Parts: sequence; C-alpha cells; structure tokens
Amino acid sequence: MSAITRRRLVRGAATLAGGAVGIGATASLARRLGWLAPDAGEWFGLGEALTYGSHRALMAMHSMAREFSRSDISKVVPVNGPAPETDDYQRLLADDFTPWRLTVNGLVSRPSTFSLADLKRLPSRSQITEQTCEEGWSFIAEWTGVPLALLLDLAGIQPGAKWVVFYPFDQWWDSVDIVEARHPQTLLAYALNQRDLPADHGAPLRVRVPRQLGYKSIKYLSRIEAVASLDHVRNGKGSQSPDEGYSWYAGI
Amino acid sequence: MNQYRPPLVLVTHWLTAVAVFALMISGVAILLAHPRLYWGETGTLGTPSLIDLPLPMVLTGQTGWGRSLHFLAAWVIVLSGVSYVAAGVPRRYFRWPDYNGLQRRTYAIVVFFLAPLAVWTGLAMSPAVESVMPSIVTLLGGHQSARTIHFVAASLITLFVAGHIVMIATSGFTARMRGMIVGSLDVARDRPLDSARDRPLDSARDRPLDVARDRPLDSAQGRSAP
Repeated sequence: MSAITRRRLVRGAATLAGGAVGIGATASLARRLGWLAPDAGEWFGLGEALTYGSHRALMAMHSMAREFSRSDISKVVPVNGPAPETDDYQRLLADDFTPWRLTVNGLVSRPSTFSLADLKRLPSRSQITEQTCEEGWSFIAEWTGVPLALLLDLAGIQPGAKWVVFYPFDQWWDSVDIVEARHPQTLLAYALNQRDLPADHGAPLRVRVPRQLGYKSIKYLSRIEAVASLDHVRNGKGSQSPDEGYSWYAGI
Repeated sequence: MNQYRPPLVLVTHWLTAVAVFALMISGVAILLAHPRLYWGETGTLGTPSLIDLPLPMVLTGQTGWGRSLHFLAAWVIVLSGVSYVAAGVPRRYFRWPDYNGLQRRTYAIVVFFLAPLAVWTGLAMSPAVESVMPSIVTLLGGHQSARTIHFVAASLITLFVAGHIVMIATSGFTARMRGMIVGSLDVARDRPLDSARDRPLDSARDRPLDVARDRPLDSAQGRSAP
C-alpha cells in the first residue's frame, strides 16, 4: 500500500488549512459586498450562501423574468392560503380597504403613508409573468401595480438602505435585497388579471417578485421598511421563512 | 496491490455518492408536496396532468429542508462532477477499460447525458437563472416540461445507481469497495475475471507496473509511487 506518507499528510493538512482560510475570506468579502444571504448561518447555510452569492456575483442584476401574452394567462389561478381572519383585516375588507394605508418608513427621508387611491394614481406597470410555487405548480397571470422602486424613491430611500422588509397583516413577513427591490419587475400589485386583487390573493396590495418563487411575494401588505442591516429585524434572518425551514433567498 | 485509481477519482466518487443519496431523499421530499407532473409552461391542481404519481400529497413543510438539502447536494455534485470531468478528459478516465461495452455505454450516458440533463432541467426550474437565460426553459418546452424531464432523468439515474450497487455487491464487494476507497485492487486474488474484456487495467493500459516489486509506476511523474 502506498497511500500515506509524511509529505502527503503535510500537503493534505496545508490544503485543508488553506481551504478554511479561503472560505473565511470569501465569506467576509461576500458579506461586505452584500452577497451573503441573511440566513447563511442556518443548517444548510453553505448551499444558500453559494446560490445567493453566485447569483449576485455572476448573474445580471437586471435580468428580466419572462413576460407572456394575454393568451398565455392561466385559466386556473390557484389560491394558496386564505385571507387573514384577524378583526383588523376583516374590518378593512368590509370597508373596501378605504381606511387602509401603506406605511413606508425606515431609512427614508420622507416616511410616508399611501391610500389605495394614492397608489392607483401613481404610474403603474402591468406584467404577465409566471408564478412558481416551491411545491412545484405554476400559473401565468397579469399583475398591475406600482413598481416598488418608484415608491421607495418617492419616500426618498437613503443610500445606506441595503434591504427592504415587507410586513403584512398575517403573521408572515419577508425581505428582499436592494437589487431585487429596485428591479423594474418588482411590483406592489393591486390588480390581478385587470381586476382588483381578490382577498385570497392578497388584497389590497401584495408584492410580486417574479425572479423568485411565489412565497417571496408577500400578500396583505401593511408596511414597508428600508434598513441597512437585517441583523436586528425580528429573527435576524431576513424573513419568517428560515424559522419554517425555508430559505430566505427564493431565486434558487 | 496495484494503485490504479487516482485520488481525485476516489474523492469525487464518494462526494458524488453522498450527494446522489441526499438528492434522492430530498427529491422525494420535494416531490411529495405535489406529486403531479405536467407538460408545457404551467400546471396546477385543476389543470390536466401528464403523470399522476401514486404518492400521497404531503404538505407538512418537508419541502423546506428537502429543497435546502437538494440545492446543497446539487452544489456538491456539480462541483465534484465538473472536477471529475475536467481532470478526466486529458487523463482519459472515460475509457473505463475494465468494463464491458454495455457498462461503458451506460457510464457514458450517465456522466455525459443524464447528469448534465438533470442539472440543466434543475436550473431551468430556477426563476432567477431563467431570467438570465430564458432559452434554458423555452428549449425544453416550458417550466413544467423541465420539471417533468428532471423527474425522468432523476429516475433513470436512480435506476443506474441501483444497478451499480447490485453489480458491486455481486462481483466481489470487499475488493470493489477497497478499490474505490483506497484506490487499489488486488487483481489476482480478489477480482474474478468474468470476461475476456474484464482484465486488469495495469497489464494492458496506461500504467506500467513495476512487476518485480509489485507496485505501480506513477506514469505521470515517471517515478515509482511511494
């Protein structure tokens, strides 16, 4: 048997040590560049870090999700999870969301609130995109709403803001990085297939992030917050998802 | 003992083995959330399916760890596979000289067709990757087609793995395992020669054997292995 000699042992140990230092240095560089997923410390953090890091490092920041024509729109639009049953939400629903306001705060020069009518007066964007659920099913629908970037600019988002956090009426919450927040297809949608968003689909306003899986597209939006770091936002992992076993980054 | 497998082959083989096992387990966990397969761009409950798998629909959150494990294992198998192929092409690993024709064809199909197809169709299910390269999806006929092809490729790879393990188990398990763990194989004693083609690598091919001292010469470096 030839396998183990001192030279091989030394060389193997040096490779391992070099690899460990290299991984540490890469992680610290990625964190500085904003390429480290906020849940990279979780069980499967290495995979998350590699996927999110490589997407941000290697892929075009403004690549566009495919858009389809009206004839491609799916006849079946699945509902995933019912509308919140809280009194607050049910009251708003009964009042056609007239008293509803969207709050935009955090690292913005002009913390603002918007009514549904305010949002509908802003320049809108319609896009026919596919929404894919992490379970495997998918459908194509037309979404109309305000580009998130436009609203952030109206509120005067500050250069230090690196993440945008979404708080809905239900218990879920999530966030995107500033790249995704500024992406032209990231919408705050108030209409689905040219009609007001139904309650089951997130009325009065939901996020649409077509470059990520469906669970990133938070429904029943109530507040948007721009932050410099996610470390002290609730669980520090950027989303409810990691607590439920799902990854923060849903671009896969 | 004849050193006949380079350490890179041993390392990438076992990384791949662990990753394939993880991919199978996690793949089933993911599939259970929606064991229906479609053709074309979209598909969901209430639309016609291509295949309804006889599996229960389980929505208890197992796709969370399933997907995380699947993507971590995918990174391992892709990096390991790329290293194996990149190192193997110039060094001619892919002649698989001690296998018969059917085995060689099967290995070639798995390494050069099924595995890349699984990676391609896997990437085609990523909305972020798709936004960069829409053709990765459109060439396959749509998102749900990609998912279905991924399932078929994964099933064929599973079949290959099962056959591979059965053949290892029935053709001198201990020697074969030792051959893939330490890279050496006692050809004369442990391994039955079951066909004219199935003859020891060192007697015929690349690696000259220092017969007198019963150890191989490291042909790449032109000196005796230590």
